[in-house]
Amino acid sequence: MLKRLNGQDDMTGAEVAIRDAEFPVPFVSGLEYNAPARGPWNIVHTGMLIPESHQVFACAQGCLRGVILTAAEMIAMDRMSWISVDQNDLFDGSLERNIVDGTAEIIRKLPKKPRALLLFISCVHLFAGCDFEVMLNELRAMFPDIDFIDCYMNPTMRKSGLTPDQLMRRQLYAPFRPCPADKNAVNLIGNDRPTNESSELVHLIHAAGRELRDITLCKTYDEYMRMAKSALNITYLPTAAASGDALEKRLGRKHLYLPLSYDFDEIERNLNSLADALGIAAPDWSGAKQNAVLALEQAKAVVGDTPVEIDYTATPRPVGLALLLAEHGFNVTRVYTDAMIEEERPAFERLRALAPDLLLTATVNVKMRFAGKGVHESGDVLAIGQKAAYFSGTKHFVNIVSGGGMYGFDGVARLARRMIEAATHEQDTEVVIQYKGLGCRSCL
Amino acid sequence: MKQTARIISIHAADTSGVCSMLYELGGMVVVHDASGCNSTYSTHDEPRWYRQDSMIYISALTEADAILGNDEKLIADVVAAAKDLSPRFIALCGAPVPLLAGTDFPAIAAEVESRTGIPAFGLHTSGMHSYLTGASEALEAVVSRFCTDALPRTDAPSANILGATPLDFSVNGTMESIIEWLNKSGFELVSCMAMGSTLDDIRRASAAHVNLVVSSCGIAAAEYLRKRFGTPWLAGVPIGKSFSGKLASALMTAKETGACALPCAERDASAPGKKLAIPGETVFSGSLAAAIESDFGAPCRVLCPLEAEDRLLAPGDIRIFDEDAASEAFAASSGVIADPMYAPVCPPDVPFHRLPHEAFSGRCYRKESLNLIDRPLPWRF
Repeated sequence: MLKRLNGQDDMTGAEVAIRDAEFPVPFVSGLEYNAPARGPWNIVHTGMLIPESHQVFACAQGCLRGVILTAAEMIAMDRMSWISVDQNDLFDGSLERNIVDGTAEIIRKLPKKPRALLLFISCVHLFAGCDFEVMLNELRAMFPDIDFIDCYMNPTMRKSGLTPDQLMRRQLYAPFRPCPADKNAVNLIGNDRPTNESSELVHLIHAAGRELRDITLCKTYDEYMRMAKSALNITYLPTAAASGDALEKRLGRKHLYLPLSYDFDEIERNLNSLADALGIAAPDWSGAKQNAVLALEQAKAVVGDTPVEIDYTATPRPVGLALLLAEHGFNVTRVYTDAMIEEERPAFERLRALAPDLLLTATVNVKMRFAGKGVHESGDVLAIGQKAAYFSGTKHFVNIVSGGGMYGFDGVARLARRMIEAATHEQDTEVVIQYKGLGCRSCL
Repeated sequence: MKQTARIISIHAADTSGVCSMLYELGGMVVVHDASGCNSTYSTHDEPRWYRQDSMIYISALTEADAILGNDEKLIADVVAAAKDLSPRFIALCGAPVPLLAGTDFPAIAAEVESRTGIPAFGLHTSGMHSYLTGASEALEAVVSRFCTDALPRTDAPSANILGATPLDFSVNGTMESIIEWLNKSGFELVSCMAMGSTLDDIRRASAAHVNLVVSSCGIAAAEYLRKRFGTPWLAGVPIGKSFSGKLASALMTAKETGACALPCAERDASAPGKKLAIPGETVFSGSLAAAIESDFGAPCRVLCPLEAEDRLLAPGDIRIFDEDAASEAFAASSGVIADPMYAPVCPPDVPFHRLPHEAFSGRCYRKESLNLIDRPLPWRF
């Protein structure tokens, strides 16, 4: 139970028992609060994955501030430049000219020319009808040895198509040009951290004699561009699926979407699909499955009946994870999510039947401003995800974002072990969750 | 090139200035924006975010609502939140897209006030100006709305502090030191606008004999108080030992004469020769320049990268509009005292003294922030 707000005993609209919740959006939209959990990556972090690249943001001061300081905190200001948009620029026809001239000047001043330049425009450019293609063509003519990538910081359009995060993951591979396919190579697309080597997904690729390529492992631009040749692209994050689709359409590469899942049947189906695509026989998964179950049992023995809370930043499928844990005896009491993806529907229905009292809690609802920082009335909590840690006030949490690179049965076993570690070790939540972009360098 | 930077940072924007100024006053601030303004503000511009609750929200504006002019969504959401949270007031401001859409915030505020009965005001931010303009308008709006009664002056000499936000003063004891200095100088504090005081404290502002403006964002409110209650103001920050003493005397003189003064700009940087360059907010930087000149006799020049009235600049101070101008000014200086994020454009042969400014570098150098109030300066020139 959360401490009530302003003395009012009312969290209506900010939390709901799953038995009463609507799918996929259990809460009415309204004003939004921003919880101080900074681990999830933004478009700057993602863009920095392209080796030897430079970013130029063209946008208003307020928008620039966030992206510039993202780069500063990750000690990457030498890879970040900006062009500000003034009020007059919107009305005097100078928007395009400023961007072209500003970008050219920035490039000339750089101590070393980048191999790729990510040029970001923002909502106001799109509203003002800016011709991005004309700008890019002019810049490409001026600097033919640089790959210019059109990028977008347009959160106003987040419900009008791809979100900025999805767009960024798609544009991450925009420099790839049509080329002969290398049948001996497979890409993992759209991830912001490497997938654990012990995952069945990685094992299968290696077992098939294929080279695994992943932008998170690339050290040079040439290495990154070699990914264009790989014959098969795999995505497993929902936000990356559009990247795989785009590459299939543009380069004709087969795209396999094998969604990150906590459902053993779905995991098996995914792995079998991969084996098929790789042209090898699928192994017997019963051992891997058994290991995952064993790890969950060991975690349950340590965690006991401690309430478990999960948030949507930890994994794109928090409901599926809640279901898995509830099915294995964990006392899952709460899932923090403002909306659910369609993929979660089967898990949602099963969890509703299994644990009807489990609470779904919003993270952005205005009342959540007053619900954080350890105001639970009873006992401690084991949290999975930074927002769950913040709102529950616990010092025991699994510090991951976007699935944490844990995939398959191996991923389930790893997560279970991380839960044991979290249950037995305290962290300074206030400090840990305020580092921006989990896994990136930080000057803080 | 104007509006372009290869490597330096950019100052916090007007929307952050609004939020920062109103943070502690029990009101609800709504930034009409998709998402980024609140995330940037709460991550980089607001050191109080984790430990001190405040009703700062965004409207989660969408493309459809912007294009279709669906102001009713904003109004209904603000009214609903206000009914849940019972804020003391409601402030509405916007980011670039509402500017393009021509959103009329004062009109929306009037509608919100009529539906909720809670004082509401609309501000003219666009996300395209610095924090100073937003903070200035926000403070002026609060003061003009809530400081309406002419209260009797306090028996003992007293003062308000105007223009205090963590963007300029961090949360490192600086404001506490200014209040301590004020008390030591013979003044009671009536209110500090807006760190450490409540809205009710600010409502009593007319009881003060004098107003101390510690950042240029306090001037508009100080002018309002002067015109309405005849309270004189002076601009300066009590930095170092000797300038603090001069400022204390000036404060007492202002109380006695009723005349306003600008001790931060009572300098002259027009003489030829190299000087220490101090880029930053003009009242603070000017006070620091005055303190250094008093303590060490080292000539200083303020470089002004932000909006500022001409009267806040001393002869010879210069405005710098972009990275190139900063770099050129640094190259012509005997040394630089600036936020560390200016260091990459400072020539290697020019001594660079680090002075973190949260409005420029956010939380990057928060651990290095300095309290320079009424004490010997940490440098030698």
